[in-house]
Amino acid sequence: MQEILSTIDTGTIEWSRAQFALTAIYHWLFVPLTLGLAVIMGIMETCYYRTKNVFWRDVTKFWQKLFGINFAMGVATGIILEFEFGTNWSNYSWFVGDIFGAPLAIEGIVAFFMESTFVAVMFFGWKKVSAGFHLAATWLTGLGATISAWWILVANAWMQNPVGCEFNPDTMRNEMVSFADVALSPFAVDKFCHTVISAWIIGAVFTVAVSGWYLMKRREIPLAKASMKIGAIVGIVAAMGAAITGHHSAYSVAQVQPMKLAAMEALYNGGTDQSLTGIALINPFEQPDYANQEEPELKIAVPYALSFLATNDLHGYVPGINDIIKGGYTNADGEVEPSLEEKIERGQLAINALAAYRQAKKDGADEATLTSYLSTLSSNMKYFGYGYIRSVDQVVPFIPINFYAFRMMVGMGCLLILFFAVILFFVYRKDIARAPKWLYLSALAMILLSYIASECGWLVAEFGRQPWTIQDMLPTWVSVSHLQSSSVMITFFIFLALFTTLLAVELSILVKQIKKGPEYEAQV
Amino acid sequence: MQHRSFIYRTYDLYRDGFRHMTIGKMLWLIVIVKLFLIFVVLKIFFFPNFLSQHAEEGEEAEYVATQILTIDN
Ligand code: HEM
Repeated sequence: MQEILSTIDTGTIEWSRAQFALTAIYHWLFVPLTLGLAVIMGIMETCYYRTKNVFWRDVTKFWQKLFGINFAMGVATGIILEFEFGTNWSNYSWFVGDIFGAPLAIEGIVAFFMESTFVAVMFFGWKKVSAGFHLAATWLTGLGATISAWWILVANAWMQNPVGCEFNPDTMRNEMVSFADVALSPFAVDKFCHTVISAWIIGAVFTVAVSGWYLMKRREIPLAKASMKIGAIVGIVAAMGAAITGHHSAYSVAQVQPMKLAAMEALYNGGTDQSLTGIALINPFEQPDYANQEEPELKIAVPYALSFLATNDLHGYVPGINDIIKGGYTNADGEVEPSLEEKIERGQLAINALAAYRQAKKDGADEATLTSYLSTLSSNMKYFGYGYIRSVDQVVPFIPINFYAFRMMVGMGCLLILFFAVILFFVYRKDIARAPKWLYLSALAMILLSYIASECGWLVAEFGRQPWTIQDMLPTWVSVSHLQSSSVMITFFIFLALFTTLLAVELSILVKQIKKGPEYEAQV
Repeated sequence: MQHRSFIYRTYDLYRDGFRHMTIGKMLWLIVIVKLFLIFVVLKIFFFPNFLSQHAEEGEEAEYVATQILTIDN
């Protein structure tokens, strides 16, 4: 039996998690707007390229300016996450091994070259390069940012579903055995599609909201009308795309992280023909008594929808939290799911075998002894992390956050489809420049709401996989570095101050530029 | 004029671009201050690499093993 990391202060774990979450949430304010505005700018410039009407060039330049402000503010905010890996999560970083090396290095190189070349042509090249080359640079700027996102999401997907790797007991690191399995795992593909499409929504909402503000102020009417139309078309396509890709994401989660799905749904006891909870009463501040409750109170649900979301079959079997703990059902791989107790035993076997192997190697033990330890390790490695689990509660994520964040995201997804449909109705059937004021105001409110939905997506993805930093392999308390919790707390507050200042600066520059409005070369 | 080399035209793109920036100058200033804060202040003073501070080079695996494989039997 191990008594592992008993000296780790829980404050260190919690502050390290809080710090990572803060940085990631902050970073995610810039990324979706960059990805979304890139598509909007690309479409606008394509209109200019095709019509040769300078009005479109003015429109493109205006949105490009807002894109530039957001881009400059977001630059390098993601790198802080990598610092945190090395300082706060050193055991984890070592254990991850070379898996992140390749994706993150490619990301860095691609981002640097694409951003320093195409962004420069996009901003500086209007009078220097041909219209076709400029258009290509604008699209390639967006493509570069999207490719960067791909690699980061590959790294994230690997933590949620560690594939294409083998653990090396001598180096204590995971080694990549198949780049393709890591880079193209279905989990990564689903994550990429959903994340990028949801980012387009943010760009679209921003475009519609800023245009709506101009229309409300009766300014920049031609630009605002044209931008509204493009924003709303991109928005409705992206919002419908988010629902479709969200379904794929839920399916992948059901395959590889059933506990996350059960927490998102507050599904204590599963079965076949499962309904999707619309709403239920769950205390937001307390973990519900999932072991003794049949289901949450006041549950209103859509029949069969959860089975469909999770298995693509209206009658499919979806395990609940208690089923996963008990085991004994047929899992997505077609195998009988072991109970938590068995996983814990096997995890302990793996940890003990690894420790014994390393000791035996130091003591110069014979080959047969080493091989026997290695064989125990490899046959139980899948459950390595469970060896650190001491109680059932440790493997159940905090249900209220997952439950409400998932509902917020999906609810907003539906509301956004309706919102963009109403905008398009005014664009095509009425006069969007003379729409009621509430529509423009609701567009402004949508900026905040869609950001909340997007951040909620990450809350689901990350809180839902607790306690794992690497699914089933390492829990947070084993991943963290032996740091003083007070020093992590201090850096948390430094970040909070720094990020808030930067955000305030960005918002003030953005608002100033929006108030100033576009510069026209065309007669409008 | 039209036969300027690729290198000259690239140089000219950046030079002219930087010269005629309006809001960009402010943004560059913010980016530079931010990069300084991130790479100099934060990285050096607050985010040292934990393992390289606590383990000799080449001994990281052993250090991590002692951290996560403490056996008491
Ligand atoms: C409309 C139906 C939607 C469904 C069914 C859905 C489903 C999901 C699921 C299951 C996840 C977790 C994936 C994981 O843990 O790997 C997720 C994550 C996420 N969602 Fe949604 N979602 C929807 C709408 C939206 C909307 C409208 C937005 C943004 C405005 C959004 C943004 C995100 C983000 C940023 C993530 C985290 C990244 C990721 O894991 O993909 N989603 N979504």
